[in-house]
Amino acid sequence: MRVRMTVNGEQVSGDVEARLLLVHFLRDHLRLTGTHWGCDTSNCGACAVWLDGEPVKSCTVLTVMADGHDVRTVEGLARGGELDPVQQGFMACHGVQCGFCTPGMLMTARALLDRNPNPSEHEIREAISGQVCRCTGYASIVRAIQWAADAGRAP
Amino acid sequence: MASDRDPVGHGRMLRKEDPRFLQGKGRFVDDMQVPDMLHLAILRAPLAHARIVNIDISAAQAHPSVQLVVTGTMLAGRGLAWMPTLTDDVQAVLATDKVRFQGQEVAFVVARDRYAARDALELIDVEYDPLPAVVSIRTALDPDAPVVRDDLPGRVDNRCFDWEAGDAAAADAVFARAEVVVAQEMVYPRVHPAPLETCAAVADYDPTEQTLTVWVTSQAPHAHRTLYAQLIGVPEHKVRVISPDIGGGFGNKVPIYPGYVCAIVASQLVGRPVKWSEDRYENLVSTAFARDYVMHGEIAATRQGRILGVRATVLADHGAFNAVAVPTKFPAGFFGVFTGSYDIEVAHCRVSAVYTNKAPGGVAYACSFRITEAVYLIERLVDCLAAELSLDPVVLRQRNLLRPEQFPHGTPTGWVYDSGDYPATLAEALRIAGYEELRREQARRREHGELMGIGVSFFTEAVGAGPRRHMDIKGLAMADGSELVVHPTGTAELRVSCQSQGQGHETTFAQIVAEQLGIAPAQVQVVHGDTDRTPYGLGTYGSRSTAVSGAAAALVSRQVREQARVLAAAMLEVSPTDLSWVKGSFHVTGDSAAVVTIGQIAAFAYGPGLPEGMEGGLRAQLTYDPPQLTNPYGAYICVVDVDPQTAVVTVRRFIAVDDCGVRINPMIVEGQIHGGLTDGIGMALMQMIAFDELGNCLGGSFMDYLLPTALEVPDWETGYTITPSPHHPLGAKGVGESATVGSPAAVVNAVVDALRPIGVRHLDMPMTPSRVWEAMTGQGQPPF
Repeated sequence: MRVRMTVNGEQVSGDVEARLLLVHFLRDHLRLTGTHWGCDTSNCGACAVWLDGEPVKSCTVLTVMADGHDVRTVEGLARGGELDPVQQGFMACHGVQCGFCTPGMLMTARALLDRNPNPSEHEIREAISGQVCRCTGYASIVRAIQWAADAGRAP
Repeated sequence: MASDRDPVGHGRMLRKEDPRFLQGKGRFVDDMQVPDMLHLAILRAPLAHARIVNIDISAAQAHPSVQLVVTGTMLAGRGLAWMPTLTDDVQAVLATDKVRFQGQEVAFVVARDRYAARDALELIDVEYDPLPAVVSIRTALDPDAPVVRDDLPGRVDNRCFDWEAGDAAAADAVFARAEVVVAQEMVYPRVHPAPLETCAAVADYDPTEQTLTVWVTSQAPHAHRTLYAQLIGVPEHKVRVISPDIGGGFGNKVPIYPGYVCAIVASQLVGRPVKWSEDRYENLVSTAFARDYVMHGEIAATRQGRILGVRATVLADHGAFNAVAVPTKFPAGFFGVFTGSYDIEVAHCRVSAVYTNKAPGGVAYACSFRITEAVYLIERLVDCLAAELSLDPVVLRQRNLLRPEQFPHGTPTGWVYDSGDYPATLAEALRIAGYEELRREQARRREHGELMGIGVSFFTEAVGAGPRRHMDIKGLAMADGSELVVHPTGTAELRVSCQSQGQGHETTFAQIVAEQLGIAPAQVQVVHGDTDRTPYGLGTYGSRSTAVSGAAAALVSRQVREQARVLAAAMLEVSPTDLSWVKGSFHVTGDSAAVVTIGQIAAFAYGPGLPEGMEGGLRAQLTYDPPQLTNPYGAYICVVDVDPQTAVVTVRRFIAVDDCGVRINPMIVEGQIHGGLTDGIGMALMQMIAFDELGNCLGGSFMDYLLPTALEVPDWETGYTITPSPHHPLGAKGVGESATVGSPAAVVNAVVDALRPIGVRHLDMPMTPSRVWEAMTGQGQPPF
């Protein structure tokens, strides 16, 4: 099937099988390998991307469902060559270890801060509770998102 | 040591590898796309134990996208149906005679894309003759149990090995006359490391050059290279193993898996690159599990709480093939450290390992070779003894902890601990926790029927294997190489044999070199994970990177510095002994104006002005053979609340005070500890790979195999003491697995402490609500 969509602000198209998962379209067809494939069952969140501004788990979205829609991945998070505050926060607070969960965490974190620029620790933990990190124990990720929230509020 | 803010050398420094991960530019194995690459998928056994009657691949072969279908019989024709495991056993690459665990590899398909490869698996028709499965470790040695390993000549039962340590007669004598003996059986259930990235390989065999390149999720690329060469028959100098960014390892990526071998064979057969990338089900049901120990422990003491002896009888489930990754001399790993952190006169343990119809493996998941099990055993026993003696578990530990003047300490099972100040570390944990106040709060809450628990554990690790004379895997000694080159412009390249799976080696190792040479870490490039570009070594597991490769990096830097001294002497026209080193430069002693920097020396080393007889260049290479293990240790305190209505355990606080010797990058060290603590809570409360009576794996997805999320763990309260290792050149000890090793006992001790008023004495992991409810009420499921 022919699909067209916007990915990170660029028009893309492709001929895909109806069953092709969005995560594989992004990774194998568009070679946007920042989005990872971790569990197949929507539990780990390594595949989280935005579909029309909302975080979704791209391992359980068909590519054809994104036809005509707007997709944003971690590769589109930095703007004008400058890292997004959540990216900066993950660096400053050691929110990254192996880096495999990081793209999904970043996309979820940015979505949270866009909705709620001043989240409490519990709100942050709740927002990322659909993401699994096996390395960091989450505390540094929570701090990284708080760091980004603080940076976003700075004059 | 430099301060935290010193831009040169040791101290908190942001990670050099972060920018690529933050922008989606990490390079993981499944990200690889090589021109003409094909995709491999593996057909797995649906049954735990069954004879293979027939395999019909004709329909799969007829699939238009399929290039190749291979069965075990076809591999047998190449002598590759079986492969050696990392210990003294063999494992089926593809099953020939029968399948021995659910999820075992039976056949593979190579096709043009990953979806087509999986479609074709559906077209393979396998006829099985089901056999009764050996599932329970407790009945595996029954005389009438089916024999799992009838492929092994003369095998009539499921005994895998027996191993013992300590002095049985001396222990028996002490136990016979002890005033108090407490016994407890405890199960350390089977768990899986579940790194977020599953296992994968891209194999590229070049038939013209007869070279093999394998990009693979490996924690030990050099060992993989040697073993692939031996197995496949491609000469080792023509094999290149590249382990790029790895999405978590935790021991799961040490072994060689059938999927890697299948990808290599497939690439040889089709003459094109072949990618194999497993899904989560495959990862959970077939790759290296951990633990699966049923332990009967006993502890003997005086009525005053002086521990006299400890002994244990262990049943170990090794699954269908003994595929543990442990040093050859230690079939039960380092379980012999089960006397823990205490001054104990006698000890004895016996481990009996069995084969069952479950996935192979046996030692993985941040365990430091079975020390997790050993620490859990002794720390639960000490708590059981404290309850028996009506002593505070902290007081009992304080009475028995090794004292600083007892180091180096030889244990009754033959281990030597290098250093420690255990009472100081415990005191720091008690201070951070506010232990006395916590006990008062607990007493108040108990009056209101609330179930609050406080659990303590104190662990001693043994990491950084070798030395080479005692530690090897398949004859490959556990010593690691390091090579340092300083370029003419003064920047440096460090090549190391260890491999990062998220530990931040590119940062920490750059800091080690920077500290020794007095240059900025930004000027040091760390090369790792590519056998063509790094010296030989056994890789990253058992918390050995900083302990072994870190030592190698420091020593090779010092060698380069001494070369620089000779060059500086020539530049300044003095004797090398007349020079003094001040971080980054040599100056003539007594004349600080006569000075040359490392950068100037490097330019000189490659320049035309070298005196006659000097070789030129600035580089060194060495292999570090650790003189002994290092012994990081720590004191952990866990505070839990158990909901009396739902039996849900909430970890309210977790205090961890670790002593891993000198910390190169405290930020990274803290991160390692945080991750391990989360593992501990996961294992204690939710993680278990269970099986039904037919051997069906009940933990084959993240819907069934539960992992902690941000909502199940508290904000960590960490502290530290620093007791430098006396034999490591930097005084570092390693830290990667400490928290995973030490934390489960603290959580279990806390939950049992919470339930003590209602008579609970022990509870096995994972302490799920239904298990806790059963312990609280003697009845099955909680009412929700």
